[in-house]
Amino acid sequence: MNRTYELMFIVRPDMAEEDLEKLISTLEAQVTTSGGTVKSMDKWGKRRLAYAVRGFYDGLFVLLIAEGGGDLIHELERRLRVTEPVIKFQTVRVDLAQKRLAKIKAIKDAKKKTPPPAPSPAETGSEPAAAAAAV
Amino acid sequence: MADEIRSSSGEGSSGGDRPARAPRPGGPGGREGGRKFFRRKKVCKFCVEKIDFIDYKDVRLLAGFVAESGKIVPRRLTGVCTPHQRRLSTAIKQARNIALLPFAGRAS
Repeated sequence: MNRTYELMFIVRPDMAEEDLEKLISTLEAQVTTSGGTVKSMDKWGKRRLAYAVRGFYDGLFVLLIAEGGGDLIHELERRLRVTEPVIKFQTVRVDLAQKRLAKIKAIKDAKKKTPPPAPSPAETGSEPAAAAAAV
Repeated sequence: MADEIRSSSGEGSSGGDRPARAPRPGGPGGREGGRKFFRRKKVCKFCVEKIDFIDYKDVRLLAGFVAESGKIVPRRLTGVCTPHQRRLSTAIKQARNIALLPFAGRAS
């Protein structure tokens, strides 16, 4: 229930602004209906595509970050598939990577607060020195 | 007998000493068809800059690891360490899927 997904979709460049807004609000409503939360919604604007998609060389990129269960994405993608102006979409699950990053960060912070005690040179240094002197 | 022959040719005092030569390049992979010099040790860019999360949306970062033809550059050329190369490769493939990077051809 706490999976975080990044859904990026590309809309054809000749789509009107208000239609895009309508589509985005529909998707956001769908997220909340399925019991998830929209973490952020980012419009990248018109960008050049690396290859032609359905005959278009430019597209309007939209990034939607949402939290929810697995079936949330099923529903969102189904909607995007039938929406005609959407030419491409991709969903990436990011909560596992974020969890790992947070764990590493926590370990790093803990290490910074309590620095490991440095081995005292008196004990370790004198023995080999004494041994060398004896030989 | 062999020793006498060698010493008579005037190579050195103690038997069998070769004249000093440049140290044999043992660095990158031994027999690589005549590499005569050490390849300087390449460091992993991500380890140095402590970049842990390689984002598929960061096209500028990824484009530095993609060849002109669009292929992913092997890590022996870029010096990236193995775990980062795996994540980088996944990120590049994700970027290709969403048309941020090309599958083949120059990245615009």
